[in-house]
Amino acid sequence: MNNRIQEKLEILADAAKYDVSCSSSGSKRKNTKDGLGNATGMGICHTYTQDGRCVSLLKILLTNHCIFDCAYCVSRRSNDVKRAAFTVQEVVDLTINFYKRNYIEGLFLSSGIFKDVDYTMERLVRIAKRLRLEHKFNGYIHLKAIPGASDELIHEAGLYADRLSVNLEIPSEMSLKKVAPEKDYASAYKPMNYLSETITGHKEEKKTIRSTPNFAPAGQSTQLVIGATPETDKNILELAGDLYQEQKLKRVYYSGYIPISDDHRLPALREAPLRRENRLYQADWLLRFYGFKVDEIVDDENPHLDPELDPKMGYALRHPEHFPIDVNKADYEWILRIPGVGVKSAKKIINARRFGQLRREHLKKIGVIWKRAKYFIISADRDFINLGFNPEVIRQQILYTGKRKKDPNQLDLFGNPLAPIPLIPTTPPPAGLSSPKIRTA
Amino acid sequence: MIFCYDGSWNGLLSVIFESFRLQTHATKIVPTEVFQPGLFEAPITIATDEGHAKRVLKGVEKKCGKNGVDLIYQCFLSELPEIEIKIYHFVRTAMSATENVLHNYRDETVLALHKIKKMIGREVHRMHAFVRFQETKDGMLVALINPDFNVLPLSGKHFVDRYPALHWLIYDTKRHYGWHYDQHQSRFITLTERQHEYLAADLLTDSETDYQALWQSYFKKTDIPERRNMKLHLQHVPKRYWKFLVEKWEG
Repeated sequence: MNNRIQEKLEILADAAKYDVSCSSSGSKRKNTKDGLGNATGMGICHTYTQDGRCVSLLKILLTNHCIFDCAYCVSRRSNDVKRAAFTVQEVVDLTINFYKRNYIEGLFLSSGIFKDVDYTMERLVRIAKRLRLEHKFNGYIHLKAIPGASDELIHEAGLYADRLSVNLEIPSEMSLKKVAPEKDYASAYKPMNYLSETITGHKEEKKTIRSTPNFAPAGQSTQLVIGATPETDKNILELAGDLYQEQKLKRVYYSGYIPISDDHRLPALREAPLRRENRLYQADWLLRFYGFKVDEIVDDENPHLDPELDPKMGYALRHPEHFPIDVNKADYEWILRIPGVGVKSAKKIINARRFGQLRREHLKKIGVIWKRAKYFIISADRDFINLGFNPEVIRQQILYTGKRKKDPNQLDLFGNPLAPIPLIPTTPPPAGLSSPKIRTA
Repeated sequence: MIFCYDGSWNGLLSVIFESFRLQTHATKIVPTEVFQPGLFEAPITIATDEGHAKRVLKGVEKKCGKNGVDLIYQCFLSELPEIEIKIYHFVRTAMSATENVLHNYRDETVLALHKIKKMIGREVHRMHAFVRFQETKDGMLVALINPDFNVLPLSGKHFVDRYPALHWLIYDTKRHYGWHYDQHQSRFITLTERQHEYLAADLLTDSETDYQALWQSYFKKTDIPERRNMKLHLQHVPKRYWKFLVEKWEG
């Protein structure tokens, strides 16, 4: 019996892995005395894949049988892969047994579409329901809201799941039509809008009536595939900005397109655009935690993020008029905008300066990345390095001084020349924006 | 003045109490068992007094709040050399200052303690992440750990909240004690025999190896070879934890 489950697990985990979301944070589900599990605000990565992605949830498809034929998807109808399907009980058993061994924070369940959308969605909901009601499971559950599913099913999903997601996948409708002719934006936005209204509604109601049931307490997210279609970073970030603003999404994930498909509708990429993906995550962080607006990060003159510099550095170099910033006087929002200063350092600066003027040494110890920050900061030492603020000079300095890593385009003597260049985390922590580990060339 | 104490948390607080009472400054505070006498040094050995310890904590709480108490307790669990004297300096500074010094990052001791607390926090988080339970024949879930710092006292509550209806034990094989929970209450226990860094196969329930095998295949299959980045992998999952991580076992 175990062999059969093992084979299914292998097929259906393999098919689910291209969905990059694995977050288990942002929910607040308390456990009951006789229950199993909880979902606190902070997510936990229980292990990491050999490509450095967090493994927090049991991420599987219910089935990889699919009636659709989307070019970017491994499970597309026309692709010749092994197919499998779990039963409801099998998914429940795996989740419970992995969870109690502390392998996972919960379940992330998605599925290919078999028969029709509602039939599939109903199965996903049934699994969540059984976990919650029969097994008193209070760990994290992330379900896919399948475009085209009925409002009733989506609603029920929201009652049991912590997070729901509808993946837009392709960052413009025009491109979507080309690679997935059976899909359109309207059917993806419909459940998204329904969710966003219902989530907000429940939150409001909960303020006055405490017994209001939870509805997707960790909100909703989506994924955009990068590099499979011709959209610019500006297109992508504007779309993401709208999704955060209008649909109140908790997260937008960016997934560098991995050439899993020889489908002629897609470009033949030699390797995944991992660096571009990383820069987009950094820009996304600026939108969500650093108070930046999309048009401050990309504009018509710069529709693409600079691959060599992190987007905050890029912003600072394009806007010399705002710098240097005096860390002993400036507001928190402006301290956050200094390259090399992350959220934590900025907060420490605000706290520490109440006790006296901050000097360069204090800033270094607090965790400011001096190599990047020095061009943009005034401290009590008044030793702001005035290079006439020539952005080009600073750019060269940052790129070519200090630890130079070897040219990434150079082939490694012992490495596999076809392997992609190892890069930085796909989901960088906020501090990643100012991390010295970020490759600069 | 050099102080010796019994190595316990209350012991250290008792030393701090005495230094105030004797109106003297400590230059060194070490557990009696690691103290190496120098030529001209005569240490004072302080007996642990819970009442004194409580009064010190009360004083710190008054000046720096609960967070101040947490800070020094967590740093104490780091077991780092000279952590005692850092904590001592912090308490001295805190008690003599007119305002709360907890966030005075200009002060070297304060900054150093916060850095240590961050390391502790990271290790606690790793325990939450890397603890792997194995089910025994009598239905108990057992996990073995040996963390860099003595973080078991800070790690158990998370599992009490998570598994209130299960019977489990997390055992620190390096420090020879464990957190045992029996569906009702938690206790620290020490096994009579030294626990190895693995659990004997005949202790485990039959399905245990099945689930371990399933988890190993899951781990393998969720990998995307096109994105392989072992440096990052090792940074997140340092090798010293592998021996307890089911997914990193060979075979």
